[in-house]
Amino acid sequence: MLRLEKRPTPSRFWLYATPPAAVILTMIAGGTLFAAMGKAPLEVIRTIFWDPIFGEFAFYLRGQLLVKAGPLILIAIGLALGFRAGIWNIGAEGQYIMGAIFGASVGLAVFPTESRWIFSVMVVSGAFGGWVWAMIPAILKTRFNTNEILVSLMLVYVAETILAKASTGFLKNPEGMGFPGSRNFSSYPAARNDFIYEPLGLHWGGVAALVTAVLAFILLTRHQVGFQIRLAGQAPRAARFHGINPARLVVLCMGISGALAGMAGLFEVTGPAGQISIDFNTGYGFTAIIVAFLGRLNPLGIVLAGFLMALTYVGGEMASTNLGLPDAAIQVFQGMLLFFLLAVDVLTNYRFRLAVGARA
Amino acid sequence: MTRPELLRVEGITKAYPGVVANSDVSFSIGEGEIHALLGENGAGKSTMVKMIYGLVRPDSGQMTLRGTAYQPAKPADARRLGVAMVFQHFSLFEALNVAENVALGMESPPPMRELAAKIRAVSEEYGLPLDPSRMVGDLSAGERQRVEIIRCLLQDPKLLIMDEPTSVLTPQEVEILFRTLRQLSREGTAILYISHKLEEIKTLCDEATILRRGRVVATCTPREKTAREMAELMVGSALKTPERRQAAKGDVALGVSDLSVASPIPFGTSLKGVSFTVAKGEVLGIAGVAGNGQDELLLALSGELQAAPDKVRVAGQPVGDRGPVDRRRAGLVAAPEDRYGHAAAADMTLVENAFLTAAVRKGLTRNGFVDWAGTRKFTEEIIAEYDVRTPGPDVAARALSGGNLQKFLMGRELMQGASVIVINQPTWGVDAAAAAQIRQSILDRAGEGAAVVVISQDLDELLEVSDTFAVLNEGRLTRPRPTEGLTMDEIGLMMGGAHGMEVAHHVG
Repeated sequence: MLRLEKRPTPSRFWLYATPPAAVILTMIAGGTLFAAMGKAPLEVIRTIFWDPIFGEFAFYLRGQLLVKAGPLILIAIGLALGFRAGIWNIGAEGQYIMGAIFGASVGLAVFPTESRWIFSVMVVSGAFGGWVWAMIPAILKTRFNTNEILVSLMLVYVAETILAKASTGFLKNPEGMGFPGSRNFSSYPAARNDFIYEPLGLHWGGVAALVTAVLAFILLTRHQVGFQIRLAGQAPRAARFHGINPARLVVLCMGISGALAGMAGLFEVTGPAGQISIDFNTGYGFTAIIVAFLGRLNPLGIVLAGFLMALTYVGGEMASTNLGLPDAAIQVFQGMLLFFLLAVDVLTNYRFRLAVGARA
Repeated sequence: MTRPELLRVEGITKAYPGVVANSDVSFSIGEGEIHALLGENGAGKSTMVKMIYGLVRPDSGQMTLRGTAYQPAKPADARRLGVAMVFQHFSLFEALNVAENVALGMESPPPMRELAAKIRAVSEEYGLPLDPSRMVGDLSAGERQRVEIIRCLLQDPKLLIMDEPTSVLTPQEVEILFRTLRQLSREGTAILYISHKLEEIKTLCDEATILRRGRVVATCTPREKTAREMAELMVGSALKTPERRQAAKGDVALGVSDLSVASPIPFGTSLKGVSFTVAKGEVLGIAGVAGNGQDELLLALSGELQAAPDKVRVAGQPVGDRGPVDRRRAGLVAAPEDRYGHAAAADMTLVENAFLTAAVRKGLTRNGFVDWAGTRKFTEEIIAEYDVRTPGPDVAARALSGGNLQKFLMGRELMQGASVIVINQPTWGVDAAAAAQIRQSILDRAGEGAAVVVISQDLDELLEVSDTFAVLNEGRLTRPRPTEGLTMDEIGLMMGGAHGMEVAHHVG
């Protein structure tokens, strides 16, 4: 009989082997699923994982990878800091929306002024919008001990309602001939999030994501605050003994993750999305949770995980247009990734042992 | 007097991954005999009795109970055959009353009214005062133990196993317990008594089996041996008594006045008007049965619980409203009792755990960035100085044995050059040699002029290290008295005598 036994120290090998193992298991299980749907499993998997990088349209799709990975990475890093500290911000999607609305509002308010400061101010307002939205669960938690998981999650739906109101009401394009949606930023150069290097899909959001990853890595490994974040997550009582004020940590972590999500929303609305619209949000805030865990809550791991997840997005889209695979199947495939990751993750702290029937 | 044999244990061996808990252990217990199982922490006592009680199965060897083979697969089997056990850590529900708790441990409990009457009857018969309708959450540790004992006695056991029963009792409660155990013994119930307290064993037990590193190293009749002889059998070498360097008592280093804080722990004990001062070079020992406010006192001194500024003063400086960081800066370090999760983060490395409290006083941060090289150096110093057995400074704290981790954590606080040191249970779970070393370093720090507060449940330890002695009882601290000249009786009275004796009169 197999028995799980706790390891004395976490396994370094499995810490790093878990994500690749999860990817392989996802391919196997996903392949089985596609086969059951009557698709050639190898072809689907090749379409998802291979074609976007090396296929016929790779010259375009490669750029799409960073476009999709950027916001995921930016949001996931903020979330990971909180998750490390045991603070569960599940509402990054709402903070992402609010960041986009705040930032876009600032830009649209000064339309059509041309100044090189406009975009920077918009980025700051975007971060502020996300931060404000994250402060609601943070303060409710520290004041009234509410559960931040529920509050932040429910605020996503509030944000979605505000988004609908914005695109049909207060941010609606006055020259839009009645169609919902704001002015398009692509025709407003001062507020536009342009590509810096298009073949790689690099825009300011991508730059922000990569820089944030490096800063977060340094914070976690070298800085006192990073130590406190890790300590609070692993041993809350030891954290208090160290001298951490738990409430301050909640506000800090929720604030950072909210601000980063808000910034991601701003980069998206001024760049790839182009405008505030009812269906502007595409679930980056939720997918980032998977990315955070897939990257082992480690900023550098999150960068890799962000690209992998972007690959399933880009490749998944290809698979659905070229092979007629339903979107739901792609989403199941992405969900499997988190499922297998968590399952294999057990091996980091536990090992299997053959239990010998202990009889005297 | 030769007694008919009740239990015989022959050649029992039990190994866990990486450690042999018991190796070829044999002994036997006669009916009505009080038999001591003696040994240091980690000598294999607990594993041995868990096998007798059916919680753990031996790898090899056999046991016979009244001449027939005895292989309990689970505690219920053991109980059916007349073997009962009182654990060191109670398994009681605080939000239920005594009778309900007893009923939960029974396979087919009688109606509550009947059970309550039975509990009253047994409690009177054996002189263990206990009111079946009281909430367990309101009971003292001694009274909780009575619940466990009565739960066992209701099964009419032939063999009663008691694991370190006196560690939570006042001296008077110990007397009551011993009277009960002797009465049981007269009535023919054998008792397997696990302890490392030698004086108790000398007064109570008929025979003793001494374990060291999982093996039987000696059997003896405790009355015929001195405590020191038994201790040396237990440890395997001659014991060194810590020596005290007499330091001139200096100014007051730690002052606590009228400190009252509510307990953050459910069913915890709030501190009520605690006042004391500790001078430079002085060791104040604070005794008390567990759960009388020790954890809360540590939290209130470390800064995890805060009060008005002038309630706690370090070198005259009010720090009552400051957190742990400011108090460390002011010169106060603290060591909580609970190693895993409070004093240390179990999954973090020793280096990270060193940073946990030493960051402030050892100057291990630069502009908010952690000086890991400096922290590692300090960690290595602790490991060398306190003889911490570890593969290196980068292993997780949970990989160390309890005693080794305790040595590391004591070293971490004692090597910070603090002017005030507060320690809760300095040698809990540590073997005798290491305990002596820790006590020696406490005395050394005091000799160098530090004011030390030692909170402990081990009276012998407190009498050995402390200059002044006080007792924490239901959150109140007695007036500290010089340790010299205190008798056990006086200490017992300071500890509040025997808890719950008043109740006995009502019941009777």
